[in-house]
Amino acid sequence: MKEKIKKIISKIFLGEYIFVLMFCLFLFFSNVFSWQSGLKIQKSFVLFFVEMITFLPFMFILVGLFDVWFSREKIEKHIGGSSGIKGTVLCILLAMLQAGPLYGAFPVAYLLWKKGASIKNIFIYLGAFSTLKIPMITFEIGFLGLKFSLLRTLVTLPVFILIGYIMELYLTDKNFEMKQP
Amino acid sequence: MKFLLVFTLVSFIISFLSDRNKTFAGTKKGLKMFLGLLPTILNVLILVSVFLYLVPKETLIKILGHNSGWLGITIAAILGSISLIPMFITYPLAAILLKSGVSYRVLSVFITTLLMVGIITLPLETKYFGIRASILRNILSFIGALIIGLVIGIFL
Repeated sequence: MKEKIKKIISKIFLGEYIFVLMFCLFLFFSNVFSWQSGLKIQKSFVLFFVEMITFLPFMFILVGLFDVWFSREKIEKHIGGSSGIKGTVLCILLAMLQAGPLYGAFPVAYLLWKKGASIKNIFIYLGAFSTLKIPMITFEIGFLGLKFSLLRTLVTLPVFILIGYIMELYLTDKNFEMKQP
Repeated sequence: MKFLLVFTLVSFIISFLSDRNKTFAGTKKGLKMFLGLLPTILNVLILVSVFLYLVPKETLIKILGHNSGWLGITIAAILGSISLIPMFITYPLAAILLKSGVSYRVLSVFITTLLMVGIITLPLETKYFGIRASILRNILSFIGALIIGLVIGIFL
């Protein structure tokens, strides 16, 4: 227990929170000497902080729940080398049910390639992964509104499908193959 | 926001009624993620507060606002293509910038390039896809992202 407290204290004072602590100190002195610039910065910081701290925990709970109910392994099982429209739709759905940055999608794309997905579907998967992930869209709706999110989704969908087609058109007959580094 | 809170609550209740252990694990996972990102989020909020103090609102609106034209779009597209920011930070940041006078068009170009183009991750991408395919994908995505951003800008 003692060790744990020590660890937390050292984490706060030496680790990731050092900048935050310095900022708090800055705010403290701004208040003591009623330094106008500092007080102005404090005003906007408090405004942003209150807004974030009230919403973010709930959104992260949603993301966490999403993660346990739709695990990657579960979805991967349903994806084979299905071709045609069905394959494309499955690739998009698989991508939407995931979370994380784009580089997390490369290994999954490799897996799809190994299972026989077409070039077109591999790149459509990447497009959907980078723009249509459901956990990401919930964040987007929360912060930028349903209208923005809906509009972006509708405009993005045809664009990355087109990119998939162009990639396939260009890479067929060019001995394209994916590798696992 | 209210819609999302209700959605979270409903999802939580459904999840809880179906499987308590899973719900517990998911909630824990989400809160752990939140705590892990908290210092980064706080740092970004501090930087934005200081930035918005140093750069007057009029200047920000002039460079990135509704009438900024190609300058704003170019800045947004370049920043979006070269940076690697997790979406958990991108969206709160975008909401603040929007309130400070940055236009939807500039913000949507920034967000779409950020999502689709990855200059920093290009070396990793080439390891999986090869140089030719990776560069082509990024160029096409850049053009696509610009188009998407501009179209959103027309409607909002």
